Amino acid sequence: MSSTAQELIPPEAREPGGGRTRQAKGGRVRRLTGHDKVVLSLMVGIPTLIELVLVWLPTLMSVGLSFSRWNGLDLADIRPAGSGNYQFISQDYPPFWPAVQHNLLWLLFLALIATPLGLLLAVLLDQNIRGSKIYQSIFFAPVMLSLALIGIIWQLFYQRDNGLLNFLLGTAGTPRAVDWFGDSSVNIWAAMIAATWRHAGYVMLLYLAGLKGVDPSLKEAAAIDGASAVQTFFRVVFPAMRPINIVIVVITIIESLRAFDVVYVINRGTNGLEMLSALVIQNLVGEGQVIGVGSALAVVLLVISLVPIVFYLSRTFGKENRA
Amino acid sequence: MSTTAAPTGRVSAATAARSGSRPKRHYGTHIFLTVMAVMWLIPLVWSLFTALRPVASTNKFGYFSVAGDFNFDNFLQAWTQGGFATYFWNSVIITVPAVLLTLFLASLMAFAVSRVSWKFNITLLIMFTAGNLLPPQVLAAPLFEMAKHFEVPYSFSDSGNMLNTYIIVIAVNTAFQMGFCTFVLSNYMKALSADLTEAALVDGAGIWRQYREIIMPLCRPAFAALGTLQVIFIYNDYFWPLIFIQSGNRLPITTAINNLQGEFLSNYNLLAAGAVITVIPTLVIYLLLQRQFVAGLTLGSSKG
Amino acid sequence: MASQFDASATAFPSRRSILKTVGVGAAGLAGIPFLAACTGGSAPSATGSGSDSLTFGSGSSDDVPKRAYQAVVDAFTSKTGKKVTTNVVPHNDFQNKINSYLQGSPDDTFTWFAGYRMQYYAGKGLLAPIDDVWQTIGANYSDALKKASTGPDGKMYFVPNYNYPWGFFYRKSLWAEKGYQVPETFDALKALATKMKADGIIPIGFADKDGWPAMGTFDYINMRLNGYQFHVDLCAHKESWDQPKVNAVFDTWSALLPFQDPAALGQTWQDGAKALEAKKTGMYLLGSFVTQQFTDPAVLSDIDFFAFPEIAMEGRDTVEAPIDGLLLSKKGGDNKTARDFLAFLGTAEAQNAYAAVDSSNIATAKGADTSKFTPLNKKCADTIANAKNISQFFDRDALPAMANNVMIPALQSFIKDGKMDVKNLEAQAKTLYAAQ
Repeated sequence: MSSTAQELIPPEAREPGGGRTRQAKGGRVRRLTGHDKVVLSLMVGIPTLIELVLVWLPTLMSVGLSFSRWNGLDLADIRPAGSGNYQFISQDYPPFWPAVQHNLLWLLFLALIATPLGLLLAVLLDQNIRGSKIYQSIFFAPVMLSLALIGIIWQLFYQRDNGLLNFLLGTAGTPRAVDWFGDSSVNIWAAMIAATWRHAGYVMLLYLAGLKGVDPSLKEAAAIDGASAVQTFFRVVFPAMRPINIVIVVITIIESLRAFDVVYVINRGTNGLEMLSALVIQNLVGEGQVIGVGSALAVVLLVISLVPIVFYLSRTFGKENRA
Repeated sequence: MSTTAAPTGRVSAATAARSGSRPKRHYGTHIFLTVMAVMWLIPLVWSLFTALRPVASTNKFGYFSVAGDFNFDNFLQAWTQGGFATYFWNSVIITVPAVLLTLFLASLMAFAVSRVSWKFNITLLIMFTAGNLLPPQVLAAPLFEMAKHFEVPYSFSDSGNMLNTYIIVIAVNTAFQMGFCTFVLSNYMKALSADLTEAALVDGAGIWRQYREIIMPLCRPAFAALGTLQVIFIYNDYFWPLIFIQSGNRLPITTAINNLQGEFLSNYNLLAAGAVITVIPTLVIYLLLQRQFVAGLTLGSSKG
Repeated sequence: MASQFDASATAFPSRRSILKTVGVGAAGLAGIPFLAACTGGSAPSATGSGSDSLTFGSGSSDDVPKRAYQAVVDAFTSKTGKKVTTNVVPHNDFQNKINSYLQGSPDDTFTWFAGYRMQYYAGKGLLAPIDDVWQTIGANYSDALKKASTGPDGKMYFVPNYNYPWGFFYRKSLWAEKGYQVPETFDALKALATKMKADGIIPIGFADKDGWPAMGTFDYINMRLNGYQFHVDLCAHKESWDQPKVNAVFDTWSALLPFQDPAALGQTWQDGAKALEAKKTGMYLLGSFVTQQFTDPAVLSDIDFFAFPEIAMEGRDTVEAPIDGLLLSKKGGDNKTARDFLAFLGTAEAQNAYAAVDSSNIATAKGADTSKFTPLNKKCADTIANAKNISQFFDRDALPAMANNVMIPALQSFIKDGKMDVKNLEAQAKTLYAAQ
């Protein structure tokens, strides 16, 4: 067996928990055996091929289809439409701008209420108080549930005549009872609260992990300098958790763009719950397939999503490339 | 709601912490946390409560009383009428292969990009990570059309194409989740010391042996964490089966539960029972494997 | 983060052994799901005579129609000995996903309706023509029904089962008690509604959570104002939405809005039926299937209906009477047993079996048993038989995307704020009809 001693260029060793990377410079390059090359190319090639074909190719196709007119049935029926679909959705398509508004609202709600709530819970639970494990388990439980299931569970809570909320408000069964999911002026808020129920627990968990990784000597130094707990938190701890903060920001944005399951389960994304993601699906899986319009909406969603994605990638991989 | 209580909570926490690091009473914090915890549990408890009451009781006494029987009638009826056994089995059919494939392929990729130096490593990692962050709705229409126009013999799929098959759902789930797992595993593998493979190299081990005998065993904790995470993610996935599977009896439980809404209509007790049944597997995993799940989430997110 | 792992790993050795066993077990059992993932079914045999069973997809998920179709299936099985596998899907879901259903692996035969939508799917090659079936059952149907079952290429695609009129249903006892009279004209309807409101009853029951029931009101007002032909042309987009005639429909409707149930958008039609039964509403514009919801025979015999009153132009001789029946999917076209099932449904025998369980609709085959007709059934049947024009419901006669993506939200917002932007309807219609 040709066992030419091979050596791989030593991989960059990273300190666990983030931080600066030390790249081992240079290194001797030895040849990889032919057999190794084949194995490697398979190891890289198969996953890459799957990823390209099932993720990136469809993305490009979405962009392409957004410039076409198609009912989705026969390949021969695809006809070019220029920017017609984009004109359509921005001018003539009634649910489009409400959907954009709702997505924006969802983002703000998650960013200003759900995420700070999760942060608060994490900070409180980081103090090693009694029963912290139990609290953690309770707050974290909804994260295990699918958003579709959350939509259904909260239906039972929000139902007009038989739901617990109206009972607690004293209006169950009366004409004054609010139909939380059916009334278009309130149902977006009701849905966002249901999403917060899950999102806050998720954020809490990530922050807790991050807080545990913060060097205690930083906090002690701040305490010695006479800083109050609040000051310590905002001036010392928070900045030190920058990697986690980036992740949280990205997750919040991505989750708000993805909000689909909850609204779809409630009323398929109509009547006050219009969201871009649900509109895409309405034009795809619904009774009337209008692939061109659906793809145009998908591209809008894609372009908006690229902002946090690029932000995250540049932060994550940019650091590694800094020598 | 919670937002008004937040400032008070913070102040109490501050006052409490200022007093030193001895285990203090933290009254304000406890009160706040207890109130939040109770509010947090309400939806689940209400669902369970409604599920435990037979329809006769709620018709007679209303939904908000504690009078009447409590039994498991609704669960039995939901199970049989809702066909849960089929749906759970479908979930298994989809989840198990998808998780195994995802972890396997991701580990291959992660090994290659983290242990072998190549100029395209970062590019590939970026491509994979970004792939996981895309909203799935962007991919839905093209994937649907690709599946529909991919002709296969009828003995393989009774639709003549890849629609309405489990395989397409497994494949798309794998592709979609692979990015996250690759990213996490590559970070994890990078942190493993280079000495390990150096020693193997001296012994003349090829790439495959290094992968299989050295790196993989060391990644067991990561696999446990990621595996738990992926099982939950894919079990909870509502979207891909919605797009690809049309036959009611091939839906996995998370997507099927929506059908049950249409079927059980105003029978909220049955619906609650169905929801509780759906929650049980995740609950079991949660109680048994909470640490792994948590570790999986933080592994991927804390790095970088 | 590796440190976090070590801590958890050593702290819970039992967990690791659990995981180990689970892992090994999973790996072992994983083979089964992999195999099960192959969903290969039986190929439709080329000669078409091989299969001795068929699959039947049904969107009739409410209790009464579900049992009724079961009765038909049982009658078929006992007559021919062939097996039928019924797959019932909730009604709205079935309708919503029909497009992807037909492109995936549809059942051999499935429930659907006559109208432009049926022709649309036939035109796209998703259905199998059944001229041979019509050879045997053609004599059982009137010309109007035959016409409704024809595809755009002149071939037959549809087998009608039953149809039902849409009208205003009401409880006779309530009307007798309050002294209400059946209105013949639109003005009389408004006056009656005003009187009902003063009496503390919601005059017109209305439930539009599912989106489609409101189209009944639209259809009738449109047909009464502008005529049957205009309505058909509008559905096919041969007429523009942006014209005074369409505006007039919504202006007329806004006169009725104050009298329609304000909670409409949160209620399903089943909820609306319950409200009528409970005498909370005075009358309810719906198809005669509404009586399926009245399980109490005393209530059932108390129900009567009247045709939508005449408005300005037209009389009351156009009736909206959708036809429900069965279609054969492209794949099912190769299944001889499925064709036999369709032929069976086209006979009075099968339709009697259906009507014995679900008496809310009117069978379409000649010679169907009418002896068990209640006075209400007779009235429904006569209304249909005497109608000069029969229209199908809007969402069956228009482009699917138009009905679902445009009209449903547009009508829902009209119900909310009483305004309708017909220019926008036309702009959307142009794009959608062109995209097909």
